[in-house]
Amino acid sequence: MRRSGYFYAQLAFTLLVCAFLIVPVFMSIIAGLTENFFIGVKSGLTLRWIGVVWDLYAPTILRSMYIALATLAVTSFVGVPTAYVLAKRPGLVTRLIEEFLVLPVAIPGLAIALALIITYGGFRDFRTSWLFILVGHVLYTLPFMVRSVLAVLSSFDFLVLEESAASLGAGFWRRFFGIVIPNARSGIIAGALTVVTLSIGEFNLTWMLHTPETMTLPVGLADSYASMRLEIGSAYTLVFFVMITPLLIALQRYGMQRTKTRKAA
Amino acid sequence: MNGDTRTSIRLVNCAKTFANGTRALERCSLEVAGGETMVFLGPSGCGKTTLLRVIAGLESPDSGGSVYFDDEDVTEMPIEQRNVGMVFQSYALFPNMNVEDNIAYGLKVHGVAPEKRAKRVDEMLQMMQIAELRERRITQLSGGQRQRVALARAIAVRPRVLLLDEPLTALDALLRERLRVEIDVLLHSLGITAAYVTHDQGEAMAIGDRVAVMNKGVIVQTGSPREIYYKPAHSFVADFIGTMNRVSGTLRDGALELPGGRIQWGQEGSGATQALFRPNDARIVPEAEAALRGVVEQQFFLGDRTRLHVSGVADGIVVVETTEHREFRVGEAIGLRVEGAALLRLRD
Repeated sequence: MRRSGYFYAQLAFTLLVCAFLIVPVFMSIIAGLTENFFIGVKSGLTLRWIGVVWDLYAPTILRSMYIALATLAVTSFVGVPTAYVLAKRPGLVTRLIEEFLVLPVAIPGLAIALALIITYGGFRDFRTSWLFILVGHVLYTLPFMVRSVLAVLSSFDFLVLEESAASLGAGFWRRFFGIVIPNARSGIIAGALTVVTLSIGEFNLTWMLHTPETMTLPVGLADSYASMRLEIGSAYTLVFFVMITPLLIALQRYGMQRTKTRKAA
Repeated sequence: MNGDTRTSIRLVNCAKTFANGTRALERCSLEVAGGETMVFLGPSGCGKTTLLRVIAGLESPDSGGSVYFDDEDVTEMPIEQRNVGMVFQSYALFPNMNVEDNIAYGLKVHGVAPEKRAKRVDEMLQMMQIAELRERRITQLSGGQRQRVALARAIAVRPRVLLLDEPLTALDALLRERLRVEIDVLLHSLGITAAYVTHDQGEAMAIGDRVAVMNKGVIVQTGSPREIYYKPAHSFVADFIGTMNRVSGTLRDGALELPGGRIQWGQEGSGATQALFRPNDARIVPEAEAALRGVVEQQFFLGDRTRLHVSGVADGIVVVETTEHREFRVGEAIGLRVEGAALLRLRD
């Protein structure tokens, strides 16, 4: 097949854009693995900097993980029932609640953090614990869980499924866990992956909310860039990539599967 | 689970007004006898589904209304305790379960032991002739198959009453006809009390032991399919069910005089009056024997019969149906006979 010159121009442009985005990532990875970035790769490749990062920042990595999991737990526990209620009683009031829930996404993270500090900063134990960061993360990620579950619940008539389960003798909790949750599963999983991904990478809010004792990975990353050798910062970034990439791939694949099954149904 | 005793359904002074003020059901009382199939028939928005949902316990009647299963007052009882089997228009099968698990769901909820459960599921699969679908996912089933699974699931728990909300509406015509027969046979072999909602008069006639015709939230007439068809008590019923000729004439000496002739009627009184008759109650006869005369305006061959539009009998067109095999000509003069007993006089 003959292609026009226009096609090749487009291809070249696309590749150029990709390179523009990917090369820095690649450079950063190389930087984290070379002995001395200023001399270049010929100074030798090493895992030494990753070791240094682990020694210096292991707690921030672990903390980011458990904050992400705790955020997931809270958003699931609160978000799924919220989405259920919103879907079950559509009306002006529920629309308003939905809008309120989404507000934290629209407001800059710094402003939310500031509001939290002004309001709750006085409770010292709370202010200095990781729970303070958890609150910020929940505020920020909750709408993503609610929206995701709500979208699935709106895509099929779950009310009539509940009614038929009720006619067969099932009480509320049995219907909720046996019928509603399993059929909303795809939305819950997609929401969960989004929540974990956002929480692990969250910087804006966390930077304001953290104390030296409650530093998370992204905040630690900023810290290392500001005060350590470039190789350490880069090795740290590499660790972040390793954590976040599987999540992003899972999110992508799951999203694709969902569109496929939706089309098939 | 007492599906073998035949539970009657009794509504006393039931009305339903929704939160937004819509009056879906006017106050009504009615009884569905044990083992009887009662069809609620009416156009969309007539309140028939609301009535069914009141029986089911998905809606509670306005205060003052009561629902009884036999002599038990179930008005305050939520649906999950009423032990009703319900079949929905959209089937409402659980997509997260396969066919077998769908049918077993109610049994599981009722705490039936696994062996008994498996036995009952087998029975249901056999009865509905869907044994080969046992492992299938719901998304892999056709509409007719889904309908059978929905019926099996509802019947499996041996409900006191079976409630069906437009169960055949989502199917194509041919399948609808077949399943209509099957459901009729099924309901009567089970001997279960059933309330069946539909907007399709053919379905209502075929399935109902009795039919309740509804309009604008009111039960307009209740009776056997034949009564409803041949003795409509209300002009709405006459017009909604089948085709009805409505003719205006003058009553004199016990006969109805029409522009096309006279029909001996035996009614008291005199003066201008309206009468109704079914297309198949007008017979085509040789002109010499005819009481009425008209002219064929149009003919429609329907296979088992021919429908004629005839002018001249009354003001406007009269519809006549005949099983004669011959072809009619447009403009052909024909003679008709309508027995006085077939004529109806209605209040509006």
